[in-house]
Amino acid sequence: MQTIGDNLLSATRIDKIFPGAKALDKVDFHLRRGEVHALLGENGAGKSTLVKCLTGAYRRDGGTILLDGVEVDPRDTFNAQKLGIGTVYQEVNLLPNLTVAENLFLGRQPRRLGFVDVAAMNRQARALLENYELDLDVTRTLDSYSVAIQQVVAIARAVDLSGKVLILDEPTASLDAHEVEMLFRIVRRLKARGLGIVFITHFLEQVYEISDRITVLRNGQLVGTRDTATLERRDLISMMIGRELAAEIRAAREEPDVTGPVRYRFKDYGRKGHISPFDLDVRAGEVVGIAGLLGSGRTETAEILFGAHRADSGAAEVDGKTVQLSSPRRAIAQRFGFCPEDRKTDGIVGDLSVRENIVLALQARRGWTRPISRTEQNRLADHYIRALDIRTADREKPIRLLSGGNQQKAILARWLATEPEFLILDEPTRGIDVGAHAEIVRLIEGLREKGMSLLVISSEIEELVAYSTRILVLRDRQHVAALEGNRITADQIIEAIASANERGAA
Amino acid sequence: MTATLKGYALRLLPQIIALAAILLMVSFVFPGFFRLEIQNGRLYGSLIDILNRGAPVVLLAIGMTVVIATKGIDLSVGAVMAICGAVAASSITSGHSLAMTLVITLGTGILCGLWNGVLVAILDIQPIIATLVLMVAGRGIAQLVTEGAILTFNDQGLIFLGSGSFAWLPLPVIIWLVFGILVALIVRKTALGMLIEAIGINRQASTLSGVLTPVLLIAAYMLSGLCAAIAGIIAAADIKGADANNAGLWLELDAILAVVIGGTSLLGGRFSIAASVLGAIIIQSINTGILLSGFPPEFNLIIKAAIIVFILVLQSPPVRNAFTFLALLRASRKPTERQAR
Repeated sequence: MQTIGDNLLSATRIDKIFPGAKALDKVDFHLRRGEVHALLGENGAGKSTLVKCLTGAYRRDGGTILLDGVEVDPRDTFNAQKLGIGTVYQEVNLLPNLTVAENLFLGRQPRRLGFVDVAAMNRQARALLENYELDLDVTRTLDSYSVAIQQVVAIARAVDLSGKVLILDEPTASLDAHEVEMLFRIVRRLKARGLGIVFITHFLEQVYEISDRITVLRNGQLVGTRDTATLERRDLISMMIGRELAAEIRAAREEPDVTGPVRYRFKDYGRKGHISPFDLDVRAGEVVGIAGLLGSGRTETAEILFGAHRADSGAAEVDGKTVQLSSPRRAIAQRFGFCPEDRKTDGIVGDLSVRENIVLALQARRGWTRPISRTEQNRLADHYIRALDIRTADREKPIRLLSGGNQQKAILARWLATEPEFLILDEPTRGIDVGAHAEIVRLIEGLREKGMSLLVISSEIEELVAYSTRILVLRDRQHVAALEGNRITADQIIEAIASANERGAA
Repeated sequence: MTATLKGYALRLLPQIIALAAILLMVSFVFPGFFRLEIQNGRLYGSLIDILNRGAPVVLLAIGMTVVIATKGIDLSVGAVMAICGAVAASSITSGHSLAMTLVITLGTGILCGLWNGVLVAILDIQPIIATLVLMVAGRGIAQLVTEGAILTFNDQGLIFLGSGSFAWLPLPVIIWLVFGILVALIVRKTALGMLIEAIGINRQASTLSGVLTPVLLIAAYMLSGLCAAIAGIIAAADIKGADANNAGLWLELDAILAVVIGGTSLLGGRFSIAASVLGAIIIQSINTGILLSGFPPEFNLIIKAAIIVFILVLQSPPVRNAFTFLALLRASRKPTERQAR
C-alpha cells in the first residue's frame, strides 16, 4: 500500500468563501501518482470550486497545496500549467478553426528565424499524438474531428504542457459509449505513465470503471475519500446526498393528511430529449419530492410542468379541466409558480431592487397597463422582507448584492406575491447557508399546511424526507419509482436510486 | 415625492453639469451666445437654435434609450429617417392630404421597427446584426421611393412641421418636448419601464416570471421606428425635400452616443429618457458651439471627439469610484457630523 509520501498533489484545509456562502470549508484532497481519482458530489457541492482553486482559476482563501512535496501557490491557470497541473473541460477550450497541430502548440510554436516552422510543428504534433493511438491529419482544422477526438487533443496538449496532474472536468458528458471507451484507454495509459488524474463526472458507472479512489464533497465540505473497490454503490450515493438527519426530522412531525382532491393531473407528459413521458397527480396540501442524481431529469421535469419547455406528448389537467401549459405565462395564469435551480441566470434580475424583483411576477401577470402602485409595491416588499426574514439594508438595494440565501427568499417572495396554488421549487436550498436552509424547509412545511400543492426537487435526501408527502425517484430521464407514507425514508430513497442505477449499468 | 424628485435630480446631475460647462465654454468664445430675442412671434438665439437643430437626434435618442434598455441596439434609425422622409415627400407630392401623409409615414416607421423587432425577438438574431440589415438596405429603399432624385415638395403644412413655430418655440422643439414627455410618462407611469429594464438585465429570468418578453421587445423597436419616422419628417420638412442619401446619415451613432452620455448602459437595464435627451442636447451644443466659435471646420470632429471622450471618462466607473473615495475621505475628516447622522 502506498503511503502519504506518495501523494503527488496534497491540498489540505482548502477554504473558499464567496459573498454569503462558504463554497469550500477546510477540504482535504490528496492525489497519488498513477491513480485515477474521482471527485464526486451534486451540483454546488464544491467540485468545480476545488478544481478552480487547484488550477489557480480562483484564489483560495485558506489552506495549503503541496505538489511533489513542495508548497505551490498557483496564481492563474497559466501558472498552474507551468507547475504541472493541466485541466481539460467538458467544453473543449481549444480553437476549432485552427489546425490540430496549431492547437497543440499554440503559444509555443517551434520557430525558425522568427517565423513559425510549420513543418517542424506538424512533425512534432504527429509524434505527440502517436502516444494516443490517434492517426490524425494534424494539418486539418480541429473542428473537422469529433468532440471525442477534440477532447483527446485537449488532453494531449494539457499533458504535454503540464505532465504531472491532469484534471478532467466532465470529459465524457457529450461522448457515446464507444468514445468513452477510447478516452478511458488513453486515461489508463497516462495513469501507467505515473500521472495523477482527477476525474469529475456524474456517471457512476464510469466512476466504477475507471477510478481507483473516490472523494465525495457535499455542501462545500469533505464527506470522505474511499477506495473504489471497497465502496458499495449504495454507500457512495448516501455519501453524496446525505441521510443522517432525515429520520429524526420526519419522526418529529405528525403524518399529514393528504386525502384532498387531485388538483393537477399530468398524463403521459414528456418531451423528447428532455424527459420521458410520465404520469403525475398532485393533490391539494401535498409536497411531492423529486429525488434522483444529477442529470436524471429532475430539472427537466420541473421545466415542462411550468411550460419553460413545451411538452410534446401527453396532457395536463387543472381541477379536471384540460389546460395548455405551453409557456410560463400560461402556467402562471393557472396559478403555477417556479423557483428555478440556477438562481443567477434564471431567477434574479440582478440590477433591479429587491422590491422590483418581488413584484415582478405579479406585475407581469397583471400586464403593463395596470401598474402596481408604488405604495402597494412597498407594502408587498416590506411584508415579504419581514415574513421571510430577507436580510437587506432596504428594499431598494439591487438584489445582486444580497447573499444567495436571501436572493432565494426574494425569488420565493416573488412567487408568493402571486398567491400561487402550485409551486415548483428546483433546489430551493442549494448554495445557501445553514440558517436560511432551515427557514426555507420550515416555509415549505407552512405552505403545505395552508393547502398549497408543491413539487420540490432537491439533492438533499434528508430534506426531501423531512417535508415530502410523496417522493418520485428519477433516473436516466425517467420516473422510475414512487414512495409514499412510511416508505419515505432515506434508506428507501437511496435503495431506489441505487437499484435503478444498477439495473441501468447491467 | 420630494425624495423621488431629489432622486431624479441626482440621476441627471452629471449631464446637467456637462451641459452647463459646455454652454459656458461656448459663451466665452462667442459672447452673444445666451442672447434671446423675439421676432415675428418667435424666439431667436443660439440656445433656441441648439434645441431646434437637435430635434432629430433627441427624437432618435428617445427610441434608442428604450431599445438599449432591453439590451439591444438599433443601427437602422438613420436609414429609417431617410425612408420615412422619402415616403412623406412622395406621398405629399402624389396628392395625399397632410393627415394621410403623416399616417402613412409614421406607419412606415413603425413597420420598420416591427421588422427589426421580429428579427430580434422571434428569430433571436443579435440586435446589432438584425438592425444592420435595415441600416444598409434602408437607404436603397429610400432611393427607390424617391426614384434616385431629391424629391422636393411645396406643401406648406408639411413644411410648417420643420420650420414653423408655436408659442414662441420652433415646432420641432415642441414636437420632441411633447413626444419625449409623453413617452417618459407612459413608460414610468405604467409598469412598462420596469418590465423593459427586467428584460434588459435578465431576459431568461423575466420570461420565467411571466413577462411577455417578445411582445415588449418588438414594441421597443417599433417605438424606435416611430421616433425615426418623426425625425425623418422633421428633417425632410426642414429642407423641403427628401434626400435619400444624406437624410439622417450617421445619426444612429449620435443617438447611441446621446444614450451613452445619458448614462444608460449599453448592457441594458436601468434607463432614463430625460438623461438621453440631455445627452442629445449636449451633442448638439458641441456641434453648434464649434460652429459659432469660428474654429476652422476641419477641427470640428476632433474637438467634438475630445469633449465626448472627456465626458465619458468623467462617467467611467474608475473615475466615479475615485470621486466616491474622495467624498468618503472628506466625510471621514468630520467624524462628529457622521456620527450625528
